[in-house]
Amino acid sequence: MNRPLKHLETKVSRRQVMVGAAGLSFAIALAGRAGASVLASARTGKELSPWVSIAPDGTISIVSAATEMGQGSMTSLPLILAEELDADWSKVKIVTAPPIEAIYGNPGFQGMMYTAGSNAVTSYYTPLRIFGAQVRRVLLDNAAKTLGVPVDELTTEPSTVVHAKSGRRLSYGEIAATAQVPAQAPDIKPEQLKKTKDFRLITKDVMRVELPGKVNGTALYSIDLQVPNMLYGTVLRAPVEGSVPDKIADTEAKAIAGVVRVVRLPYGVGVLAETPWAAFDARRALTQSVTWSRTGTAWGFDSEKGIDRFAADAKNPARMSTEWSRIGDPRGAMPKAVSTMEAEYRCDYAYHAQMEPLNAIASVSPAGDAVEIWAGTQSQTTATEAPAKLLGIPKNKVKLHDMLMGGGFGRRGNRDVDFIIDAVLMSKEAGRPVKVMWTREDDIANGRFRPISAHAVKAGFDQSGKLTAWQHRIAVDRVGAYMDPVRYQMAGGKDFIAMLGADLKGYDVPHQLVEQLYRDTGVRTNPLRGISFLANRFATESFIDEIARKRGVDPLAYHLELLKGTPRAIKVVERVAQMAEWGKRREGRGLGFAYLDYSGSQVAGIAEISLNRASGEIKVHNFWCTIDCGVAVQPDNVIAQTESSIVYGLGVTLTELITIKNGVVEQSNFYDYHVPRMKDVPPMHIEVIQTDNHPTGAGQMATPLVAPAIAGAVAELTGVRLRHTPFLPERVKKALG
Amino acid sequence: MATNFTVNGKAASTDAPPTTPLLWVIREGLKLTGTKFGCGTGLCGACMVHIDGKRAFSCQTQVSEVAGKSVTTIEGLSPDSSHPLQKAWLAEHVPQCGYCQSGQIMSAADLLSQKPKPTRDEIVEHMNTNICRCGTYQRIVRAIERAATEA
Repeated sequence: MNRPLKHLETKVSRRQVMVGAAGLSFAIALAGRAGASVLASARTGKELSPWVSIAPDGTISIVSAATEMGQGSMTSLPLILAEELDADWSKVKIVTAPPIEAIYGNPGFQGMMYTAGSNAVTSYYTPLRIFGAQVRRVLLDNAAKTLGVPVDELTTEPSTVVHAKSGRRLSYGEIAATAQVPAQAPDIKPEQLKKTKDFRLITKDVMRVELPGKVNGTALYSIDLQVPNMLYGTVLRAPVEGSVPDKIADTEAKAIAGVVRVVRLPYGVGVLAETPWAAFDARRALTQSVTWSRTGTAWGFDSEKGIDRFAADAKNPARMSTEWSRIGDPRGAMPKAVSTMEAEYRCDYAYHAQMEPLNAIASVSPAGDAVEIWAGTQSQTTATEAPAKLLGIPKNKVKLHDMLMGGGFGRRGNRDVDFIIDAVLMSKEAGRPVKVMWTREDDIANGRFRPISAHAVKAGFDQSGKLTAWQHRIAVDRVGAYMDPVRYQMAGGKDFIAMLGADLKGYDVPHQLVEQLYRDTGVRTNPLRGISFLANRFATESFIDEIARKRGVDPLAYHLELLKGTPRAIKVVERVAQMAEWGKRREGRGLGFAYLDYSGSQVAGIAEISLNRASGEIKVHNFWCTIDCGVAVQPDNVIAQTESSIVYGLGVTLTELITIKNGVVEQSNFYDYHVPRMKDVPPMHIEVIQTDNHPTGAGQMATPLVAPAIAGAVAELTGVRLRHTPFLPERVKKALG
Repeated sequence: MATNFTVNGKAASTDAPPTTPLLWVIREGLKLTGTKFGCGTGLCGACMVHIDGKRAFSCQTQVSEVAGKSVTTIEGLSPDSSHPLQKAWLAEHVPQCGYCQSGQIMSAADLLSQKPKPTRDEIVEHMNTNICRCGTYQRIVRAIERAATEA
């Protein structure tokens, strides 16, 4: 989503400061743009928010800097720190991080607090390990002083310092009661960290800390909260981004018992009510009673025609494009090719469909100079900055309670946090706390979708048939500029969210060119699980499959030939082939394969399908997948995330479609937006290949494998290539002819 | 006019209009928030409760329909997460975001009360009413099979 890998080697040492507060607490600035003022106040202990606190009773509180949407970071990040601290995990208490970027910022997002891109473990891994080791070292130094022995005679067991020679032991709690914290953090070099074989927690699968509350109804999401004196709010939003309400006929809505007020908002009409049922009833009554200005660029836009235009432009070399990436000399090499092949692929809009409809609670102070917010957000930064900006108050006057999220999938990290602003505006209007809830229909109509894209791909071959030149032209609706203009600017105006994954990383193709045709339809867009890899790998992996089949080569063998310089890739490919018994024919079934390097994680997948030619329906019978994401901190959770990624991929590949007519979303609930149900999900066979490499993420890596693997399987079975996701039955029938 | 019914074995009363979805009375009135709002149209199952021992979409049930009846929510399934399904759910590490899981468990409990040893096909048929966007289906099947074995 941005250039994550460059930010990984975090230089923490120069910014380190350790602070002893009540009990024994440690704060440290991990990385990013640490502000000097914050560090100074940390030195004096004021406004100190510690990463780790050790209480005299042995309780160890560790902050989780990432937000929790089901991916498990709330457990895995503290677990990493606990490993190097040698903490007794049963004594660890996890605390959510307050929005202080200088201390908790994600090194993978330039210090912004943002949980996305499957990069929480990736980005925090090394800093948290070093910090854990530093805290352990402080405990050792204090124990050495107490026991009057040299520090190198001491070792640790979980939450205990041990002096083997004398048999004496000190618990971390005992040390914390009297310990001194040095002004400077001890210097820990990466080579002093634990070896993989010595891990007690990492790679061992502990129970995710929030799971017990998720089987008995006690886990709390923002939608579950009530605060004293609270009103309920609903919002009828403009059908098209940029429109404003014109005439509001609210007599019927206001007549509903319990309705307090109907308020005009900059982008919609809000209802304030004493009960949720009154708020929903009034919202329904307003649906046909508001007229809208025709401002906003999406009016008149039709996605079916739009994608035709995108495809025509991508194919037409006269249509201006900008170079996205280049390897070798593709412009020189392509004309020299002895033969060429071309193909086109398309992807439609898709919707996140997180199970918890968007909602938030806000309580603006009577003077309007502070606000308290309860919300599930992927970014504590945007969730506090946007309300601060709206109210014209400093960011530290925004008190955020970040709650568990009933799914995120990329929907909850947009810069303007639309669903939080609703509650802030409504609370300001009401002079009381307000809980604003979206209906499922609101959530879809105001969805922020995965963009549409059209791909023109061309391959050039030399005399020996070797693939030497590659060109990938992508016409794609903009995402970054819309969903987060701040990060878009920081990224130099490059739309990473629309373009990453378009090159052939890991493949032996000497000359490659990726070009972007920037398009702005005015439709609301966001990253969606799998992000741009979804569309871009559908195009590139499908095309490689086509090339192999045209040349009469086994597609998996062809991949191995192209990947010969990438040993980690070969391993996941060979293993998944073995698991699926790739060479074995199955009557009436087709197998298809795809491989992907996603931010360094190596994933390979094989789909087994059959096809009902009369109805055009594809049935997936099995999906095999291998993943090497480096050190898998919680291996079973990596499997769970991979299962989840595959199911998500099945939806966007087969059934999930958002269409826009005259700028307006046509779908409205789960009867016309079809996410996978239990019947749609095949047995999934997943293997994690543990390696000693730096962790590179697992939350969405398998999602982009699904479309090209299924397309390959259909090609295997029928000889027909599916070029347009989702592969709806009518599209499949048409393709079969 | 008040509607009287029983929730998790205790008497409950609401003065919400009779057509109000039971879901909102349970969540906002009785503050039993384990039952979730997902779609409001009976398509996702996040709101699943038991009424007189049978599963029902609480978003599709008007509060007047439960007058005099007995409603069980996830909070009332067991006093201490000890229902075999709850134990199996944790043993199989089923939940991810967790939002749909109360509804999944309530649906599964209804299945096991009718058929203590369901086949895999019967599990899939019964559970198809409930959407899990995190795609935990494979683990849900395993957890139901485990609970059926261990119960």
